[in-house]
Amino acid sequence: MHQIFYTLQDFMLYTKGWAYILMGTSLVVFVAYWKFLFGRDKD
Amino acid sequence: MTTEAISKKSLFTPFNVIAGLILALGAVLTVWRFTQGLGAVTNLDNNNPWGIWIGFDLLCGVALAAGGYVTSSAVYLFGMKKHHAAVRPAILTAFLGYLFVVVALNYDLGRPLRLPYPFVVQSGTTSMLFEVGLCVALYLTVLFLEFSPAALEWLGYKRLRNTIHKCTIALTIFGVVLSTLHQSSLGALYLIAPSKLHPLWYSTYLPTFFFVSSAAAGMSMVMLEGWLSHKPFHNVMSDEYLGQHDDLYYGFAKGASWVLLGYVFIKVIGVAVDNEWSMLASGWGQWFLFELLGFALLPSLLYAIGARERNLKLIRWTALLTVVGIVLNRLNVSLIAFNYHLPSEMRYFPSWQEVGVTLFVCTMLVVTFKFIVTRMPIFYDHPEYKDEH
Amino acid sequence: MKRRNFLGLMGAAGISATLATEAQAGGNIHFEGYPGSKGVLFDATRCIGCRKCEVGCNEVNNLPKPAKPFDDLTVLDTERRTQNEAYTVVNKYVQEDGTTVFRKIQCMHCLEPSCASACFVSAFAKQPSGAVTYDESVCVGCRYCMVACPFEIPTYTYNDPITPKVVKCDLCDANIKAGRIAVPGCVSKCPKEALIFGERDELLKIARNRIEAAPDKYLDHIYGEREMGGTSWLYLSGVPFKQIGMREDLGVQSGPELTSGALSVVAMVPALWPLLLAGVYGMTKRTDKINKKEKADAVAEAIATTQDKAKADLKTAMERAQADKEATVKREVAKALEEAAKAAEEGEKEEEGA
Ligand code: SF4
Ligand code: SF4
Ligand code: SF4
Repeated sequence: MHQIFYTLQDFMLYTKGWAYILMGTSLVVFVAYWKFLFGRDKD
Repeated sequence: MTTEAISKKSLFTPFNVIAGLILALGAVLTVWRFTQGLGAVTNLDNNNPWGIWIGFDLLCGVALAAGGYVTSSAVYLFGMKKHHAAVRPAILTAFLGYLFVVVALNYDLGRPLRLPYPFVVQSGTTSMLFEVGLCVALYLTVLFLEFSPAALEWLGYKRLRNTIHKCTIALTIFGVVLSTLHQSSLGALYLIAPSKLHPLWYSTYLPTFFFVSSAAAGMSMVMLEGWLSHKPFHNVMSDEYLGQHDDLYYGFAKGASWVLLGYVFIKVIGVAVDNEWSMLASGWGQWFLFELLGFALLPSLLYAIGARERNLKLIRWTALLTVVGIVLNRLNVSLIAFNYHLPSEMRYFPSWQEVGVTLFVCTMLVVTFKFIVTRMPIFYDHPEYKDEH
Repeated sequence: MKRRNFLGLMGAAGISATLATEAQAGGNIHFEGYPGSKGVLFDATRCIGCRKCEVGCNEVNNLPKPAKPFDDLTVLDTERRTQNEAYTVVNKYVQEDGTTVFRKIQCMHCLEPSCASACFVSAFAKQPSGAVTYDESVCVGCRYCMVACPFEIPTYTYNDPITPKVVKCDLCDANIKAGRIAVPGCVSKCPKEALIFGERDELLKIARNRIEAAPDKYLDHIYGEREMGGTSWLYLSGVPFKQIGMREDLGVQSGPELTSGALSVVAMVPALWPLLLAGVYGMTKRTDKINKKEKADAVAEAIATTQDKAKADLKTAMERAQADKEATVKREVAKALEEAAKAAEEGEKEEEGA
């Protein structure tokens, strides 16, 4: 994706948007992955 | 005595009378605020856009509600299992704390109905306030879920309660993540205004200061609440809660003492990296030292002594001292050392209506707390779910 | 509602993918601002404090007439700031030598606006024209922009209970875009050309030329060239800027830069805390499990040992009982034999005696 940013403010608005989306994703993935990782363990 | 007289007597306790008066005053102020505007009830102006509704209600409210994440992570994650009886009261207080922070926020916002705008209309992702808002909204939901088993046990919804109970660990971790974020981001709010906040309080470490002190605030608040609830709610406390109580005090006193010591060091490092030693001699410097030594170093030492000598009374009073210290710190950052450069006649001082609304919100919190703990299994285990944990 | 938010930018990014000539990414990037963006140069050595710019602003923005008329110059005796009804004001500063210097205040139209960085609905935006505009239709009224603005410019309509909003100069952007005027109202009214409207790059050149042409008259500093990351509104003065009410301690870091450090840590927290905390939880659980198992083993062992001991005890008891029994039998047999022998002896005696 190529986008010209003229100000740091616009650049941050864009990149931090992605950061927030990825933060949310990481939390969901962590839960799912933990289940996968320890799914076969007996308690 | 007739039955009528008895019921009258039980209704007009001093607590009820005072609470009732404050609630009535609050209702009037609410109408006033929302019909006449912020200008009519507050002392806010163009130089001082944030008053005690942000400085006290938001900043102190959130810091003091940190007991929720501190207690639940200590018990569920860090293995202090024997204190699980302390989790529910802490979660409840945190939940109510955040709930009423949001209530108070609605008084302060110019257009409260637009509160969801940052998430549904247009997101200012560069703003620290966006981060705070997002985390507070999510954390309120998490706290609601963490608290809900108590309500569901009370109402008898077994299935739902068990489903939620299964998510305890995930919720706890999520809660710690969100708390870390917004506790520190509240400090980061002020990073953008280095020219307005006094250099001794302004630091690029502000987020760290806020987060670390919130942990001490959380533990102190749990102890303080335990102390304050002991008398009025003794009859609804289980033997287990009461039995572990002293032990919890010693554990948390040691924890808070340790955290506060670290806090003192990072504050001093903050002075060192910005080379502000010479400022310590000024009036502001003395105020800074007063806050740091009297309300961070002193409680750290007192907690340590209290824990060593098994002195419950000392620990309780130290908890109060720490809480006062956190409030002082938040007020310093948001109001007292903020706009320090303005001439005194342009500085902010809250109006009585602002204080009234703050009191009103606090009273609502206490009344709701009272309502819930006298009905739901907070200080005791519900008989049907006794052996889980 | 202008959608200059993240999603809007994502859309724009998609479109411009075909148009863009260069890509921007990576760490050490630097932003120059919009090319050809406009600004205003204010020259304090030329300003005579006539307040005509205030009149111009008042007119083009249809603001209410002030209580004291604009030609009443006694207003200048008290220092003022921007208000809801005045996007710009002129202040008088009496110097030590008794001369007076005037300065006009309004939004500085920062190149990297702190207000825009602070706003959590992104209501402020730096326009390609150079103006920093405000979008009332999304504003929630948190007033964080006012906390953030280092020049203390934005004001708030506190007395409006239902639809309060932030107010500030917009560099006449709306009016210019609509074609109503070509030059900001304040600039066109200035009788002394203390204000010049033009491209910021050009203004910087003009300012430098003026300083060079009259180094005794001017301070060798263009205020706004670098302050807070640079502003579109530039100032020249013959006296130190501090003496005309301008802060010299703002530094050159812009609002977005001031928060970028904390914001990048934010992203690390949800990515790393769960790993750590879940790890701690896992260890706690494991320790618990091990402790439990050890306990169970200990209990089992204890039970086993007691059982063994009991068995052994039983055995010895049985053995002893057996031995006892045997001994008794032996004793009984011996007794019986003895008795028999006695009886026989006695019988013999009797026989002998008879
Ligand atoms: S001067 Fe203040 S209001 Fe104007 S653009 Fe800069 S930060 Fe925003
Ligand atoms: S008051 Fe309005 S414009 Fe200012 S930061 Fe808040 S939402 Fe943005
Ligand atoms: S640029 Fe326009 S809005 Fe700003 S002060 Fe001048 S006339 Fe007023």
